[in-house]
Amino acid sequence: MKRTLQVFSTGPLALVQDLGRPGHAHVGVPPSGALDVPALRLANRLVGNAEHLAGIESLLGGLAVRAHSSCTVAVTGPVVPVQVDGRPVGSHVPVHLAGGRTLTIGTPTAGLRCYLAVSGGIDVEPELGSRSRDTLSEIGPAPLAVGDLLPLGEGDGIPTGQDELAPPCPPAELLVPVSLGPRDDWFEDPAGRLAGYWTVTPESNRVGLRLNGEPLRRRADRTGAELPSEGVLTGAIQVPPSGLPVVFLADHPTTGGYPVAGVVAGSALPALAQARPGTRLRFRPRPVG
Amino acid sequence: MRWLPYGADAALIECDSLAETGAVRATVASAGIPDVVEVVPAARTVLVSVRPDSKALAEIRALVEAADLAHPPAGESREHVLDVRYDGEDLELVARTAGITVEDVIALHTSAFYAVAFTGFAPGFGYLTGLPEPLRQSRLDSARTRVPAGSVAIAGEFAGVYPRASPGGWRLLGHTDTVLFDPRAERPALLAPGDGVRFRRAP
Repeated sequence: MKRTLQVFSTGPLALVQDLGRPGHAHVGVPPSGALDVPALRLANRLVGNAEHLAGIESLLGGLAVRAHSSCTVAVTGPVVPVQVDGRPVGSHVPVHLAGGRTLTIGTPTAGLRCYLAVSGGIDVEPELGSRSRDTLSEIGPAPLAVGDLLPLGEGDGIPTGQDELAPPCPPAELLVPVSLGPRDDWFEDPAGRLAGYWTVTPESNRVGLRLNGEPLRRRADRTGAELPSEGVLTGAIQVPPSGLPVVFLADHPTTGGYPVAGVVAGSALPALAQARPGTRLRFRPRPVG
Repeated sequence: MRWLPYGADAALIECDSLAETGAVRATVASAGIPDVVEVVPAARTVLVSVRPDSKALAEIRALVEAADLAHPPAGESREHVLDVRYDGEDLELVARTAGITVEDVIALHTSAFYAVAFTGFAPGFGYLTGLPEPLRQSRLDSARTRVPAGSVAIAGEFAGVYPRASPGGWRLLGHTDTVLFDPRAERPALLAPGDGVRFRRAP
């Protein structure tokens, strides 16, 4: 019989995520996948899984799951209280969850998304090669609901132990490296404007991080101009007519009709995945050759 | 053609025409270069992304700049025939706008050979070129909040089929029972860029 995990509480949003389904943008399918990729990879290593297996991305904690048979679990992302049957066990460590016991993830005091890995991985049916929930096109397993029974894969890997000493503490202010282009020439002083202060707004989600600040202004010769829709990628800073940028995250539409002023370096995306509404950030633009 | 950097691992190739876009896409897609992650054609651009730290971008640039874009490789395109019931809500409107009869609209729509130029808007939604001139009509003044799955529609220079129910402002000619997108299928999207499409009046 297949091992399972039963969902007792989901918190604000709990999604099955793996490393996503890149390579399908030409048929209109976003990459999706864990927003904080290093956190999911670490959680998988801690429980002895291959790094690409599916875990649960828990927005602001509040997730409770009961094991129906013995397994190893680990919670990563921001530091967060983790309990087994009410006993604190800590995050960022492998924990043995005996059959019938319940794991509960509390609320992180900083950051947004915690990752729960389970030995064997969450083994729901893949769609387009991935078990990730894509919130934009509604591909992949539905958001977790109370009562769900999640099948687990065969867990025969050996937990690697704690291979990163301290979980990252999200900084109060982010400095985000950005390559200008492809449409930076649509804007007045794009580098200067992007280098100013921006605030993450509550409208942000897995599709994109919506920012508030001093709007970018279009150059006079581009005012009112229309751009035929073109492909966009994760990290693209799209600027709609409001001048307030959206940084596309993993569930972004595959094409967009507003100019992209710059592209966030891939290494900065995990920090953006953990940026709460109200977080201040500045872009550090550099032209690419 | 213009080569625009798009972060460290991608480039946006800006083209002079939809035809050139198709040629660039076919050139890159058929070259089989390892490390290519996405090749996303659109109306006037092709976005190409590669694995981080790959050298493939330079290779793609050299390939595209040396290519004879007037004679792109055929690639592995497929042809689809979609059976359509011409019962769309806008059929009369389209006929009136074109100054022809409904039968003429159906004859025009079924006589053309279409090509999937690019996708967008929703998974599996292909923008089809080849629409006969009288059927090139603007979007509706106000979009419908719900267009049923399988709706066969036109807007501007494009024909298309809604893979699933969604809001939409295209003019509806009819519907097809063919499944255009199935995430569990071996090939989830029926229509891919470069494919050919014909519409046939359902018996």
